Amino acid sequence: MLALSLTHFLFLAAILFAIGIAGIFLNRKNLIVLLMSIELMLLAVNTNFIAFSRYLQDPHGQLFVFFILAVAAAEAAVGLAILVALFRNLKSIHVDDLDQLKG
Amino acid sequence: MDFKTFVFFFLAAILVFAALRVITARNPVHAVLNLILAFFTAAGVWLLLQAEFLAMVLVMVYIGAVMVLFLFVVMMLDIDIDRLRQGFWRYLPLGALVGFVMIVEMGMVLGGEFFRSPDASLPATPATASNTKELGVLLASEYTYPFELTAALLLVAIVAAVALTFRGAKKPRNSSPEAQIRVRAADRVRLVNMPTETAADEERTSAALPSDLAQ
Repeated sequence: MLALSLTHFLFLAAILFAIGIAGIFLNRKNLIVLLMSIELMLLAVNTNFIAFSRYLQDPHGQLFVFFILAVAAAEAAVGLAILVALFRNLKSIHVDDLDQLKG
Repeated sequence: MDFKTFVFFFLAAILVFAALRVITARNPVHAVLNLILAFFTAAGVWLLLQAEFLAMVLVMVYIGAVMVLFLFVVMMLDIDIDRLRQGFWRYLPLGALVGFVMIVEMGMVLGGEFFRSPDASLPATPATASNTKELGVLLASEYTYPFELTAALLLVAIVAAVALTFRGAKKPRNSSPEAQIRVRAADRVRLVNMPTETAADEERTSAALPSDLAQ
């Protein structure tokens, strides 16, 4: 509690990750908020990487965050494109309406 | 408690609050705005960890591009919020329980005797050290191939996003001048010769009509 340590950052990231997981449980029907919860979890993981990179004095962890950010941006772009295409076809983004595959 | 610790707890409180608002906000637009706040605060936390370059990338690329894209999409979609919220209260206990269990587990790991945080002997970073240069040198030497693979991945993502939302080329609306020049007056107007109509003619026509129409 006194001096800032690695544990503080790891615990903060754990709380963020748990909030992301809880968001997936709460908003099962809402595709947009599902995507946002995934972004929150990615943010938590990136914070972990950076905290370890700082406290182990190793910049490779930050490079990993760099690549994760690039992949997450691509994921968000494709996910939102799918969402828009879905909304054009179904006029809805409700998860229960996506049952054409009968899975 | 020194100033750095105070800043950390201040940012952490905002971050957790914004994240909670993201998953509980009724209106998806509010959720996106809270997510932007969360990312911005996380950039502050990363600055505390001396990752200046990544903090700036998070603000510029993530907030400036990805979150604005989110905001655009959310504002474009006309969604039925009440229907999307169904099941929220039903799953709240389960979601809260899972989240709580995860936090407790992580707290037990981090607070345990076996986890020794390597933070006691952090050497002070010299004021001239450049985080950006350090990452740039690594990126251009050791990580060249992953870097180029990432570029290819982004290209594929662009093509995929365009292909998913592309709905065929629009029909061109421009006119063709040569067809307009070749038109003659005879193509547009046809003059017809016919006898002049008189009052007597009109009388005869109305008399020949069925009686219900004449009324």
